[in-house]
Amino acid sequence: MAEFTLPKNSKVQAGKTLRAATGARRSREFRLYRYDPDSGQNPRLDTYEIDLDRCGPMVLDALIYIKNELDPTVTFRRSCREGICGSCAMNIDGTNTLACTKAIEDVGGAVKIYPLPHMPVVKDLVPDLTHFYAQYASIRPWLQAETAAPDRERLQSKEDRARLDGLYECILCASCSAACPSYWWNGDRYLGPAILLQAYRWIVDSRDENTGERLDMLEDPFRLYRCHTIMNCTKTCPKGLNPGKAIGEIKKLMVERQG
Amino acid sequence: MNKSARPLSPHLQVYRPQLTSVLSILHRGTGILLTLGTVLLVCWLAALAAGPGAYASTQAWFGTWYMQLFLFAWSAALFFHLCNGIRHLFWDAGMGYELKHTYASGYAVLIATAVLTLATWIAA
Repeated sequence: MAEFTLPKNSKVQAGKTLRAATGARRSREFRLYRYDPDSGQNPRLDTYEIDLDRCGPMVLDALIYIKNELDPTVTFRRSCREGICGSCAMNIDGTNTLACTKAIEDVGGAVKIYPLPHMPVVKDLVPDLTHFYAQYASIRPWLQAETAAPDRERLQSKEDRARLDGLYECILCASCSAACPSYWWNGDRYLGPAILLQAYRWIVDSRDENTGERLDMLEDPFRLYRCHTIMNCTKTCPKGLNPGKAIGEIKKLMVERQG
Repeated sequence: MNKSARPLSPHLQVYRPQLTSVLSILHRGTGILLTLGTVLLVCWLAALAAGPGAYASTQAWFGTWYMQLFLFAWSAALFFHLCNGIRHLFWDAGMGYELKHTYASGYAVLIATAVLTLATWIAA
């Protein structure tokens, strides 16, 4: 059942303010969701005012600047800093995206940063993605073939290969799933846009021979059909992919195989 | 889902409302409103069947400003739900998923709702 308010232990309280932009030509406030599991206290919103001339252009640059120069306890995931690893997915300025590819300039006013929405929080901006990864494993995201392996690679025509475009680029950052209200309310059983896009990636792969079983697994009121085409997923995807369309294609395949 | 002691990150509280999600929740909201309005429609039909006296008093009740306001909202809900339902049919047929098309069809639904609602009330 959908719960629209936050549980008692999750309500965000006011936090501290740290101003470090005296004499700055360009200063900007960053409001960060902070949660310290060791403190026993509720999450809070801390404010850091920094000099933009002293850090790089992206939101991730600002986070690294804050951690290095102002507050080493600020915790977040990051790795590649170029939008390919998906580690730094978070809610910035109200929508989910990668901190490394989101320019500070594109945000007006104070930059509000929260962890990916409706997720258990490990610490600060680090959500617990265990369930998300378990759902990914449940769709068996690997090539399944019954026929004997050929002497060389399993070949594809150019057309068959082209059907994977817009799907293989997904980096599983979970921005889309964490943007989906349906996933918020039914994420325990609904697979969510990211996992369904991945499921579709294997369904349309010409080399995969388990299409029927893959569709059988998704033929479920919750796993697939909790998608109500809200399209927040496609709107927020930092890689410009279209999970909503991939889900629509799966639904179409479900109908087509009936008749 | 969040059985651990870990806090749940904010969701509705922080996520920016946008055309995609707003139209979706409106679709559900108008669906509920339509159901309520249908009850009134049944009241009106029952009054019609009950005779001239009952019908006249029901008509008078429907003529009050608050019932007129409700009927206006109900008709707007009807047209929104109808138009957005057609938008959903296109999606179900595999069309209109590109973000720019989703936005274009979303605005088209809003404009069509306004035009049809106003046209109905001007004609009525």
